[in-house]
Amino acid sequence: MSTVITGIGAVTPNGLGAEEFWKATLAGQNAVKELTGFDVSKYPSRLAGQITDYEAKAHLPSRLLPQTDVSTRYALTAAAWALENAGVTEETLPDYDMGTVTSNALGGFEFTHQEFNKLWSKGSEFVSVYESFAWFYAVNTGQISIRHKLRGPSAALVGEQAGGLDAIGHARRTVRRGTKLVVSGGVDAAFDPWGWASQLAGGLVSTATDPKAAYLPFDERAAGYVPGEGGAILIAEDSASALERGAPQIYGEIAGYASTFDPKPGSGRAPGLRRAAELALADAGLEPSDIDVVFADAAGLPDKDREEAEALRAVFGVRGVAVTAPKALTGRMYAGGGPADLVAALLSIRDGVIPASGHSSRIPEEYGIDLVVGEPRTKPVGAALVLARGRWGFNSAVVVTRHSN
Amino acid sequence: MAQLGIDDLRRILIACAGEDDSIDLTGDILDISFEELGYDSLALMESTARIKQEYGIDLSDDAIGDVETPRALLELVNATEVPAA
Repeated sequence: MSTVITGIGAVTPNGLGAEEFWKATLAGQNAVKELTGFDVSKYPSRLAGQITDYEAKAHLPSRLLPQTDVSTRYALTAAAWALENAGVTEETLPDYDMGTVTSNALGGFEFTHQEFNKLWSKGSEFVSVYESFAWFYAVNTGQISIRHKLRGPSAALVGEQAGGLDAIGHARRTVRRGTKLVVSGGVDAAFDPWGWASQLAGGLVSTATDPKAAYLPFDERAAGYVPGEGGAILIAEDSASALERGAPQIYGEIAGYASTFDPKPGSGRAPGLRRAAELALADAGLEPSDIDVVFADAAGLPDKDREEAEALRAVFGVRGVAVTAPKALTGRMYAGGGPADLVAALLSIRDGVIPASGHSSRIPEEYGIDLVVGEPRTKPVGAALVLARGRWGFNSAVVVTRHSN
Repeated sequence: MAQLGIDDLRRILIACAGEDDSIDLTGDILDISFEELGYDSLALMESTARIKQEYGIDLSDDAIGDVETPRALLELVNATEVPAA
């Protein structure tokens, strides 16, 4: 029994909808621009991968607007698209056979910012009752399951920027435990002034002012990352059930998953990324030589890039596999980053093309990685490894393969 | 005593909790249950908070829990004394 992906939905800075995201990603369309939601002229970092063409009213019923943060609106929209793409309606399966597992790292910053503003300026009785859940990491899982009447086993996972892949791993686990279909993935957004300040406080955000030079993973000029917003939702499904109901397509199989945690800093022990990759490969029953492309975590910080290059060399050998980092075009979408990479990986399998890594071009020789730069690379892809790291030690890896039946 | 009408309530409900696209709120909704109108208990809590802010009428959570229709809510609101300023 295998778990396959039958539907994809993405809401990203360089495209609304999985196909739009993919087209923009292959075209190298850069979504990194100066943040426009408020005046950032006095902030040390001003560039972000912002979604600028999303009109909530066009995508969601008005009943959901007073109770949702922008991040939840993106999640609901991506979930609706993924379900539609998979040909799933409320009647497709019994409600208890469909679950929801999503990841979120930042919560509902903008909504909460507005309510805090009411709290200190007007008083507690002016704070929206919906604040009770609109801020919460689990709210996307809850809202998606309520809207689509998915009453099967559901969960919310938090693993900083690695959590989106953990959600996919847990979706597969949920399918293996007997739930036929799981709506899974991750979405984040925090571009209000409070959210922005919080992201900058982490100290890793690029202070560059040139959008083409702000987030350069694996490049010798790498000096920080650009935050993005959005993410992707995928439909994970028991393969037998997908075939039985006549799913319109199968993008691929979730063949392997693993997560590890870094050792305590100063312990002298190696970081956990290599182990996550090796465990995911073992879980998939694949050798490193079976992998056609790695979608890297691509931190965009010299020490973290070096660390990831080391892990890739250790697993695949020097320049042993094609590596790409299309998130350089969107910025890092936190819990949404891994699932968006997964969508790109599945479409690489479908279309036989690997997207390039944004504007990265000068890759230190000693990294020993075959980074796809400049133009997409045409190449048959049968298996892809997607990596994600989260701050304070999270490492997650997912292997997706072409589904043969 | 404040007099809250159905048009005021309609405006407050939409502002606080949106409207269900499949239900016409402009019709005669006085005796249609909030559940059928698409408003859950949180939507009512939010709306009664707004009524308090705008009209100074403080309804207890217990009293709201028993209210099922717009007519019942309006009767409750209009029977409640506004505290002297």
